[in-house]
Amino acid sequence: MVKKEKEFRPENRNLQLPEVNDFVVEFRKYRTELTKKFLDRKPWIPKDENKVTAFIPGTIQKVYVKDGDQVKEGEPMMVLEAMKMKNTIFASREGEILKIHVREGDAVAKNKVLIELKPD
Amino acid sequence: MASTKKVRELQQRKEQIQLGGGEKAIQKQVAMGKMTARERIIQIVDEGSFNEYDLFVEHDARDFGMERKILHGDGVITGTGTIGGKPVCIFAQDFTVAGGSLGSMHARKITKIMDHSLKMRMPLIGINDSGGARIQEGVNSLAGYGEIFFRNTLASGVIPQISVILGPCAGGAVYSPALTDFVFVVDNISKMFITGPEVIKTVLGEDISMEELGGARVHSELTGNAHFFAESEAECFDQIKKLLSYIPWSNISLQEKKEVKDPQKQYDINKIVPADKRLPYDVRDVIRAVSDDSEFLEIQELWAANIVIGFGRIDGRTVGFVANQPKVLAGVLDVDSSDKSARFIRYCDAFNIPIVTLVDLPGYLPGVDQEHAGVIRHGAKVLYAYSEATVPKITVILRKAYGGGYIAMNSRHLRADFVFAWPDAEVAVMGPEGAANIIFRKEISEASDPDKVRKEKVKEYIDKFANPYVAAAKGFIDAVIEPRETRRSLKHALEVSGSKQIGMPRKKHGVPPF
Repeated sequence: MVKKEKEFRPENRNLQLPEVNDFVVEFRKYRTELTKKFLDRKPWIPKDENKVTAFIPGTIQKVYVKDGDQVKEGEPMMVLEAMKMKNTIFASREGEILKIHVREGDAVAKNKVLIELKPD
Repeated sequence: MASTKKVRELQQRKEQIQLGGGEKAIQKQVAMGKMTARERIIQIVDEGSFNEYDLFVEHDARDFGMERKILHGDGVITGTGTIGGKPVCIFAQDFTVAGGSLGSMHARKITKIMDHSLKMRMPLIGINDSGGARIQEGVNSLAGYGEIFFRNTLASGVIPQISVILGPCAGGAVYSPALTDFVFVVDNISKMFITGPEVIKTVLGEDISMEELGGARVHSELTGNAHFFAESEAECFDQIKKLLSYIPWSNISLQEKKEVKDPQKQYDINKIVPADKRLPYDVRDVIRAVSDDSEFLEIQELWAANIVIGFGRIDGRTVGFVANQPKVLAGVLDVDSSDKSARFIRYCDAFNIPIVTLVDLPGYLPGVDQEHAGVIRHGAKVLYAYSEATVPKITVILRKAYGGGYIAMNSRHLRADFVFAWPDAEVAVMGPEGAANIIFRKEISEASDPDKVRKEKVKEYIDKFANPYVAAAKGFIDAVIEPRETRRSLKHALEVSGSKQIGMPRKKHGVPPF
């Protein structure tokens, strides 16, 4: 049996003292603490149309093309297996393959760059 | 009179079943730093008040050799007891019996006690410590979960439902706690997730521990699934008792009036809020400066800390406090803080607890991540919850109330009953810097010294609009009060709203932006 020591008060807990920072809302600078979630938020990166990325984590099952190949719009380039589904990755436009970043059998994380097309 | 022999037989049967999974399994449970299911119940309810039912229930599984297995109590203890002298229903899954796995009879014991709590209008406390569905019972287990979820939903808003996670709670099992009002977790003991680390590793190749995936801290700080975080089971039980001291026993039970004590001297309401609107302070000190004996039970303290929610008492009766927290992210509204406050407002409304809103916010959190996370949809929850609530709703504007944030924080326009403002309050369409930049764009850009002109124009705007009197002139604020009058004004407002009656248009139910 654990004995009750003192009345429960959340602020009695030793929390790390967070830093006070500048924080701007509508042109005014406030002094405030920032949360971990806020600091860890992902910065916005505009989509690079020349890079084909993994829309889901999985395994590269087949690669049909190689560096320097010319592909036509709608041509299958590779197969990404995820959640027991084989997803064929098609070329979204006509162009030249600049570089293939993965090999058959590779496990890839979500958003990993798979293929880079030569910019138009 | 029963024969001594029969009484002895009963005692023996009980003793054996009450051992749960037996000495070895109990030792294992203790080695994991956990109490047994029975110890937990005994510690939560008043001494000697626990009455157990369905002790002799046995499972009816006939496959995979289950017919030869005896599972004491089918892995769950159910019964009634009292807390603070008032009745509660309680169940505790017993991890020492087949890992607390849920089979059909196990589920039936739980649904039976749930039915009791709803019928008798008393709180339900569920202690979760289970490996999940009992695979040998197949679809019968799933049926069991479904019946529990259904009852959680029926009872929602009628009786308080409390979930205590004291072990694993994985897969479908997590949805019962998620449907209840308050989820309690304990560091290093609670683990909640839909798919576990093994599946995630196999399917997605992501390597993560149970603790990192769904430990007590994760759910208290990151996901918001948990409402109370404790470092030990004993602390957790104290939190449960404390919570129950504040909330009504059902949606039809009247609020009890407790002894009234003045706030403690250390919380001097004149000295908490800095006049400089850019400087932070802890809004919980303001809450303590107006609540009886400076008592405040904070809910979801570690998640979305830019808004503070919880229970306190004014004049002996429970109120729900909702307050922007300038100490964290300057008190902005965002996806999480909207979610957090909206749900709390609905809880208060369902159980007839008046809501006191303390306002001091610069607006909404700017950012692509917020917009893409649906801050429109989530922010709308606050508007919906306040508009829909028919309990007494009182607002005190402490400093800043700008733009959409002003409207959302229980403004007159959402049918607040009383809106007070301190003399330092600024009620305006946006902060002075932003407003001056737009209104005087031309003057500023065409000036030889734009910075100087901008400063002048900001000052002009502040002098004219950064006060409570523009809104008070329209009747949007009922009274401008001195900080030291706050508690008295709240007391009075609550007193006169005691018999509040307002109608809503007839409907089955609304369609909130869930």
